[in-house]
Amino acid sequence: MSNYIKLIVLGLITFLALIAANFARDLAYLVNALTVALAAAGLFLWVLRHTDEPRETVDLSGEYMDGVIRAGVVATALWGVVGFLVGTFIAFQLAFPQLNFEWAEGYANFGRLRPLHTSAVIFAFGGNALIATSLYVVQRTSAARLWGGNLAWFVFWGYQLFIVLAATGYLLGATQSKEYAEPEWYVDLWLTVIWLSYLAVFVGTIARRKEPHIYVANWFYLSFIITVAMLHVFNNLSIPVSIFGSKSVQVFSGVQDAMVQWWYGHNAVGFFLTAGFLGMMYYFVPKQAERPVFSYKLSIIHFWALIFLYIWAGPHHLHYTALPDWATTLGMVFSIILWMPSWGGMINGLMTLSGAWDKLRTDPIIRMMVISIGFYGMSTFEGPMMSIRAVNSLSHYTDWTIGHVHSGALGWNGMITFGALYFLVPKLWNRERLYSLSLVSWHFWLATIGIILYAASMWVTGIMEGLMWREVDANGFLVNSFADTVAAKFPMYVVRGLGGVLFLSGGIIMCYNLYMTVRRSPAVTAENSAVPAE
Amino acid sequence: MANKPSKKQDNDPSTTGHSWDGIEEFNNPLPRWWLWSFYATIIWGIGYVIAYPAWPMINSATAGVLGWSTRGDVITEIAAVEEANAENWAQLAAVDMTQLAENPELNDYATKAGAAVFRTWCAQCHGSGAAGFKGYPNLLDNDWLWGGDIEAIHTTIAHGIRNEDDPDAHYSEMPAFGEVLARDEIEQVVNYVMSLSGTPRDATLVSAGETVFADNCASCHGEDATGDQMQGAPNLKDAIWLYGGDYDTVKATVTYSRFGVMPSWNQRLTEAEVRAVAAYVHQLGGGE
Repeated sequence: MSNYIKLIVLGLITFLALIAANFARDLAYLVNALTVALAAAGLFLWVLRHTDEPRETVDLSGEYMDGVIRAGVVATALWGVVGFLVGTFIAFQLAFPQLNFEWAEGYANFGRLRPLHTSAVIFAFGGNALIATSLYVVQRTSAARLWGGNLAWFVFWGYQLFIVLAATGYLLGATQSKEYAEPEWYVDLWLTVIWLSYLAVFVGTIARRKEPHIYVANWFYLSFIITVAMLHVFNNLSIPVSIFGSKSVQVFSGVQDAMVQWWYGHNAVGFFLTAGFLGMMYYFVPKQAERPVFSYKLSIIHFWALIFLYIWAGPHHLHYTALPDWATTLGMVFSIILWMPSWGGMINGLMTLSGAWDKLRTDPIIRMMVISIGFYGMSTFEGPMMSIRAVNSLSHYTDWTIGHVHSGALGWNGMITFGALYFLVPKLWNRERLYSLSLVSWHFWLATIGIILYAASMWVTGIMEGLMWREVDANGFLVNSFADTVAAKFPMYVVRGLGGVLFLSGGIIMCYNLYMTVRRSPAVTAENSAVPAE
Repeated sequence: MANKPSKKQDNDPSTTGHSWDGIEEFNNPLPRWWLWSFYATIIWGIGYVIAYPAWPMINSATAGVLGWSTRGDVITEIAAVEEANAENWAQLAAVDMTQLAENPELNDYATKAGAAVFRTWCAQCHGSGAAGFKGYPNLLDNDWLWGGDIEAIHTTIAHGIRNEDDPDAHYSEMPAFGEVLARDEIEQVVNYVMSLSGTPRDATLVSAGETVFADNCASCHGEDATGDQMQGAPNLKDAIWLYGGDYDTVKATVTYSRFGVMPSWNQRLTEAEVRAVAAYVHQLGGGE
């Protein structure tokens, strides 16, 4: 019976998407509509072919649902490499503008590829990592199978469709021009559906937990899912120009729009890249170190302080703009008070290793996690510092910001995700161990040196650029033209690109290592029954 | 293995008693330094929001006891610079441009001010080093389309070239000779023009080209092809080319003509600023 409903719905979606494609007013909308039609039609055929198969009625409630997590792990690794590759390419486009090829103008020039890079690494790589790890962690720490049956599969495939729609849209010019919120209105609507389903799966699983308490990692994951839903909806409030076109108009205008955008933008960092990944850290670090978490009390205090304070910090992106002074003051003050709550996560992560420090010598995965926590601590100190008005007047609009973002993104988010993937793959595919620990070491060193080249070159060039912009002579006249500052940055841009090459190589080595783990490592018996710990 | 308990050591503190998939939590207190640093940032924050504009009220926000504002800051800084430079600007606006060089102090000021204005407004086309690009003249050499003494440079900057905003803009238009001359005539004259400053592509056409030149081009570029700065007609005898001196480019110029536009700046810049840029460009190396 349910198959007939599925067929009707899928057929209807295919039909409507084809109508939309027929009336499409722009190329991006047309390609997106055809993508949806293709996906729905494929699914329709698949359901049709399986419609008369007998349904297995095995009771799976005592087993963890790991298939969707395996898919998430594969997606994370693959999107990661794609995102790093595009990032490395656009880094070289900045150093060598000739790489903005004439024949690819309007599709593969820097302006089109830059949002592709940021969305690929944040939402495709980071998002898949968060979804996969959160669904793994919530099952293990609740001792319960995922709630909602195949809803988790819907979340996974729906999220991949969101990524494909957004990415093709960017290349063809569909964008709201809001940083980290570029997808247009219909893609936003689709993501809202997916995200609420994700929330339902996560909360549903927590609700059926067999443990009396909710583990700290799940607090962080839950705050991330709820807050991102709220941020996404408010920042994307817009009215489509036509139901058959990709263009839409924001309901906020001027400085209100800027304020909402950076309230969103900063909390994308705060909740997506900080809270969500802290959830990851709180599970995988104690598991890999095989040590208890350093302090329960610290985890409570820093969790509540972090989520209360972060939400105020957005206006520090708008110092010295049309935004009123009072708002930027609040943004700055809350950013600085946020310093210690952020460091609470670093302390809890690092101190969990006390008593297991010897593993740093023997276990490259622990090494990866430690350096990730180190970069977390560094960028959560740098962030509050850069939010200070006086510092920001130098750092704003320069490459320092780019360096800051990447020491956080490559160092913290990247490394903790790599650690989690190395932990997960043997477990999920029932392998005794990883294929090669020495390849993990290679990955570790390539990535670390890559990040150092990246961050150091951007600090140097950012501060240089800021100083050149403000340099005046005795009469108060500007000394440098803008083009002078661009020319001066060239060597640092090449160094940054090389850092990207190293980081990308590490990612490719990881993919190979994980693939060989699944193919070659000796198998062990499955252990995925949901039994609560005593 | 999935929920293997944490490895305990002898001197471990107590745990909270819960275990999730083998993960336990110690009952450690908050680190003292962490807690006191957290308190310190909160206390600093309270002080800062009292001192600076911070809390939105019904009609406006609290102004802060220091009375500071970003706009106030900018106004003060700009006023200070303007006051310090006021006399220099006034002198510059009044001075006879031809006499500027005789007042070294004012000349120095004008050059520095002009350099700053140039880097902001002119560098986009002429390059930050003023060496120009294809179609945008090099200002470092002594080849001038519309005159290179300081007053001529001033006029060009103030009114621009072939723009539609300023009735006093320099204006001239070279005909597109593709509509006037036969194809072989164009080839002849191109070879002649190339022969004036270098090597023609086909030397046998040069003498025929000279006749074509005399009949069609000499009225603007002069009998001797040294150009006419009254009409912005380039000197064709030097080896300096605005669009390029190779055969194809010269042929394209003759066939389709060129129509380079420069905006007028007397609306966007003050008279003293226009004078400053004129002084700067004049001393770059080619001023007459």
